[in-house]
Amino acid sequence: MRTTTCLSLLVLAGSIALPAAAQKTTAEGIAEYRALLQDGNPAELFEAKGEDLWKQKRGPKGTSMEKCDLGKGPGVVKGAFAELPRYFPDTGRVQDMESRLLTCMESLQGFDAAAIAKTPFGQGEQKNLEGLVAWISAESKGLPLNLPQSHASERRAYEVGKRLFFLRAGPHDFACATCHGADGKRIRLQDLPNLTKNPGAGEGFGAWPAYRVSSGELWGMQRRLNDCFRQQRFPYPGYASDVTVALAVYMGVNGKGGKTTAPAIKR
Amino acid sequence: MKSDHFFGLAAVACALTVFGCASVDSAAELDKLTADALQRSFRDQGIAKVDRLVQDPANLACSEAEASGKPLDEQRTKEIEAANMKTVRWPSDGKFVGDWREGEKIAQNGRGLTWTDAANAANGGNCYNCHQMSKEEISFGTLGPSLYHYGKLRGVSDPASAASKPIVEYTWGKLWNARAYNACSNMPRVGHSGILNEKQIRDVMGLLLDPQSPVNR
Repeated sequence: MRTTTCLSLLVLAGSIALPAAAQKTTAEGIAEYRALLQDGNPAELFEAKGEDLWKQKRGPKGTSMEKCDLGKGPGVVKGAFAELPRYFPDTGRVQDMESRLLTCMESLQGFDAAAIAKTPFGQGEQKNLEGLVAWISAESKGLPLNLPQSHASERRAYEVGKRLFFLRAGPHDFACATCHGADGKRIRLQDLPNLTKNPGAGEGFGAWPAYRVSSGELWGMQRRLNDCFRQQRFPYPGYASDVTVALAVYMGVNGKGGKTTAPAIKR
Repeated sequence: MKSDHFFGLAAVACALTVFGCASVDSAAELDKLTADALQRSFRDQGIAKVDRLVQDPANLACSEAEASGKPLDEQRTKEIEAANMKTVRWPSDGKFVGDWREGEKIAQNGRGLTWTDAANAANGGNCYNCHQMSKEEISFGTLGPSLYHYGKLRGVSDPASAASKPIVEYTWGKLWNARAYNACSNMPRVGHSGILNEKQIRDVMGLLLDPQSPVNR
C-alpha cells in the first residue's frame, strides 16, 4: 500500500494533477514506468544463476538437476513451464514447478524436500529455487499456456482450485475472487487481473515468477500466493502445499492460450 | 468444515491419495477434497490461526453460490441478511457521528489482522483500497462503489437532524455488517468481525456524513 501511494506521488510529480484527467494520466504514467523498467529486467541475473544451478553438481549426492523431469521428459526444460502444474506418475501427484523442483532436488541431489519447504523465503535453498524458477520459466517465454487436463487428478485439482478461489473466510471475509473475480478492478492504483478467465488469467498466471522492484526480490508463484493469503488475512499456506497447487491449476487452466511473460517485472 | 455432507468411501479413498484417484467425483466429494486440502495446507502464523478457515453460514453459502455460478435464492438471501442484521450493535451512547479527521486516517490505513501484524495494533479500515472517497486522494480502488459526496448526495446537511436519521442508521449498520443489507456483499463486516471498534466506526461515519469532511466538500 505504501509503495502504491509513493508510486502515485512519483508519477503525479511529473504530470498535471487535474482531477478529471488524473486517473488516466496516472495509469499512463505507471504504464510508462513499467515500460522503462522492462528495458532491463533484473530477473535476467536470476535466470543466469538458475541455469548454472541446474547444471551444477550439488547436494548430498553431488549430482546436477539435468535429469529432472519437469513433465516433458528427463532434462527437457524448454516449454515445460507452460504446461505446469500437471500430474506426475512417479509421485502420483499434481505438481507445480516449485513442488516438482523439490522432488528432483530430493531424488536426484539428496536434499531434504520437507526441510526446504519449511525454509523461509529468501534463505538457504529457497534462494536457489528463485534462480531455478526464473530460468525454467524464461525457457518458456512467449509460449501459450497449455496445462493438461487429461488425467482425472488434473481435473480434480482444477475443481478443488475453483472452490478454493471462491472460498470466503477470515476476519475480512475475503476470497481470491474478491479481488480477482471481475474485469477492470483496482486496489488503490494497482490493476487486478480477473483470474477466472482470459485475458486476465493468462496475463496474471503467466507473469510469475517475477522480479519485484519494490522489494528487489525474485518471487515464484508460491511466494506470490503466500503474500496474497497474508493480505487475505488467511493463515499461512505451506510451500508447495495442495492448496497452492490446486489454485495454480485453476488459474493456469483458465489462462489457456495466454502467452507466458515470466519472469516478468512487477512494481 | 462442513457438517451436512455425506461422504462416500470413494471420496475418502480419493482424499488419501491427494488428487490421485480416478473415479468420477460428485460435488460432495470435491467439497470434501477441498476441505481436506485446506486442513493439510495451512498452519498458524502469528495472529492468523487456522480457525480463520472455518466459514460461518453466510460465507459458506456465498462461496458455494459464487463457485457454482448459481446465485442464492431469495429465501436464503433473506435468511442470511436477517441473521446478519441481528449482529448489528448500535452505538452504546447513541452517538453515531465522530471526527472525520480521525476517520480519514482510518480510511487510509490498510493494516491489521495479517500474520505480520501485532495482536495489539489498531487496525485500519482499508476504505481507500476499494472506494473513492475524497477528491484529493487519487490512489483509490474500484472494487466498491465511489463514496465521493456520500453524505451530500443523500441530502445530509446535518447528521444530527431527524431528517438524516434513516441514512445515518443505515450507514452505521452497513459499516457494522454489510451482509445485513446484501447477503453476499464483498465488503468486510467491519464492526461484526472486530476490524474496527465502535469509536473508529464513529469516526469513519464522520468522514462519510459530516458536511465538512473532504468526502462531502
